[in-house]
Amino acid sequence: MASKPRTLYEKIWDAHVVERRDDGTCILYIDRHLVHEVTSPQAFEALRLAGRKVRRPDLTLAVPDHNLPTTPRIDRQGNRLPIEDPQSAAQLAALEANAPAFGIDYIDAVAPEQGIVHVVGPEQGFSLPGATIVCGDSHTAAHGGIGALAFGIGTSEVEHVLATQTLQLRQSKSMEVRVEGELGPGITPKDLILHIIGVIGTAGGTGHVIEYRGPVFERMSVEGRLTVCNMSIEGGARAGLIAPDDTVFAYLKGRPYAPRGEAWDKAVAWWKGLRTDEDAHFDKSVVIDAAEVEPTVSWGTSPEDVVAVGGVVPAPHSFTDPSKQAAARKSLDYMGLEAGQRIEDIAIENVFIGSCTNSRIEDLRAAAEVLKGRTKAPNVRWAIAVPGSGLVKRQAEEEGLDRIFTDAGFEWREPGCSACLAMNPDKVPPGERCASTSNRNFVGRQGPGSRTHLVSPAMAAAAAVTGRLADVRTLAPCQAEAS
Amino acid sequence: MDTVSTIEGRAIPLGLKNVDTDVIIPAHWLKTVSREGLGKGAFETIRETPGNPFDVEDFAGAPILIAGDNFGCGSSREHAAWALLDLGIRAVVAPSFSDIFAGNAFKNGILTVELPQDQVDRLLEIAQDHPVTIDLENQTVTTPFQDRFAFEIDPFRKHCLLEGLDEIGLTLESGKAIEKHEEQRALALPWLDAPQRRDAA
Repeated sequence: MASKPRTLYEKIWDAHVVERRDDGTCILYIDRHLVHEVTSPQAFEALRLAGRKVRRPDLTLAVPDHNLPTTPRIDRQGNRLPIEDPQSAAQLAALEANAPAFGIDYIDAVAPEQGIVHVVGPEQGFSLPGATIVCGDSHTAAHGGIGALAFGIGTSEVEHVLATQTLQLRQSKSMEVRVEGELGPGITPKDLILHIIGVIGTAGGTGHVIEYRGPVFERMSVEGRLTVCNMSIEGGARAGLIAPDDTVFAYLKGRPYAPRGEAWDKAVAWWKGLRTDEDAHFDKSVVIDAAEVEPTVSWGTSPEDVVAVGGVVPAPHSFTDPSKQAAARKSLDYMGLEAGQRIEDIAIENVFIGSCTNSRIEDLRAAAEVLKGRTKAPNVRWAIAVPGSGLVKRQAEEEGLDRIFTDAGFEWREPGCSACLAMNPDKVPPGERCASTSNRNFVGRQGPGSRTHLVSPAMAAAAAVTGRLADVRTLAPCQAEAS
Repeated sequence: MDTVSTIEGRAIPLGLKNVDTDVIIPAHWLKTVSREGLGKGAFETIRETPGNPFDVEDFAGAPILIAGDNFGCGSSREHAAWALLDLGIRAVVAPSFSDIFAGNAFKNGILTVELPQDQVDRLLEIAQDHPVTIDLENQTVTTPFQDRFAFEIDPFRKHCLLEGLDEIGLTLESGKAIEKHEEQRALALPWLDAPQRRDAA
């Protein structure tokens, strides 16, 4: 009997259902659990109080990222430097104590493998296609880039997974974002996902899991796919994924936690079947024309507030929804912008290249290509490049990218979440603007009063050298420019 | 978890759309290892503005919050739910919620009530001067003016809230099924078990 055609999401979901209740709630098995210092201490404490153990420590990996300062972590003698903020230090110490106490692998703050949890998972081969992956962080959606069903969870769910290796969930609806055609020259995965969020809105994917489909993704690098899936949550979808293919298998082969030998061959054989069947039904479908995607910049305080770099700041009355008009007025007021102002006339004082969205080697290369032979504009007060992991940092240094950044006036930092959410000392001052490769432009996100413009790494570099939001395509490549 | 049945009292008419988790509780409040005391940081930026609804004396200790579309979007931080609880909020009414926030609220016994925009608008108006009642058993929101709005809720979540059930305890009752799944998984997808960190090839 031919089975009903299924989407990729449905195939992964079905393979992980432990029990299905009459009301539709399922117990779903979790293959990989990533743990960081911010959303785990209360979960470990609750386990202790209830006398519960971690059911599958082998499927759990802990790494600190959110609180860590990105300044040097060891002194010249190789001793670890103390963390000044006592609350950050306590939270980091809690993870460092909880991981071994519960038998969990822990990558410590000074290990070369340390980094942002969503960079570390795929890089270590801990995240695998077809796996269910969770973490107490909404950008867990990133791991969908290698074909996993990956989503963020709250601390009670972290505790639930630690105790049972499962979650109680209802299946989400399925949504297809199909991108037709090819991206133009100089258009990056970040521009594409910002454009998609602009089209579907920040609640467009609520209740759904997105599958990104189309030839653009087949030709996209793993790094690019991770960037796209990472921001699924900004489109309201708890998870987003792309069917795994040879590009993903080549990326994962030989990674530290990845299967080897016979296990690898078996895995690849199963992974190759992880594709949406022809005639499978999606509950919602959105088609995007790749040719329409321009270098994209956010102007407001919601990730759906995006515009092409060649455009202008929109007028609130241009929106049909009255609540959106009100939100736009508030956003413009907060951002210190006026309707009709040209995007390219917006001066910026800060540049942040980093975050789980854009801190992988390809991102740093793209920014360095623009920065090479140039320096940041005089009005750019603070520019930092924060690699996503110690291994990305090392790779970049081997390629000489660190010198391109520092020659251009950037600070070259240690890995972590940094100015994406400003939990550590990396903050954008009140009232100042930042061209940022991160994922959220919320009020106060990069520090109280900070004004964020979300951009791609290449566009962040272009902003750094021109001192304003600028179309990277209008800068000649690798050419010295007197400033 | 405490049981939830009827929530009655004043409702803070916030009304804003896309209230994100950074607005509910800014990141610098997340450096705690406890669930307690986050009410101080709740809606910090909004509360800095004079005349904000949280400052209105009538709304002190109000158990209900009324907001716009897509409430709780953004991060997965459960601190957002803990902050609301610490502020005394037991229910949030909005046209829609982010999936992760709705889950976090439920785990903490906060009821998320979805109503159409026009009904939310009506409640925002009434809440200025009058109390609102949410009855979970009968799935209704009522006002002193004969308004009666029905809402939908996942039956499993409703059951857990009414009974104050511990979800981990419930799942552990299915321990046999989990073990069986693990056995089958070990045969079918053996590469997923016990990954060993080795030097990169």
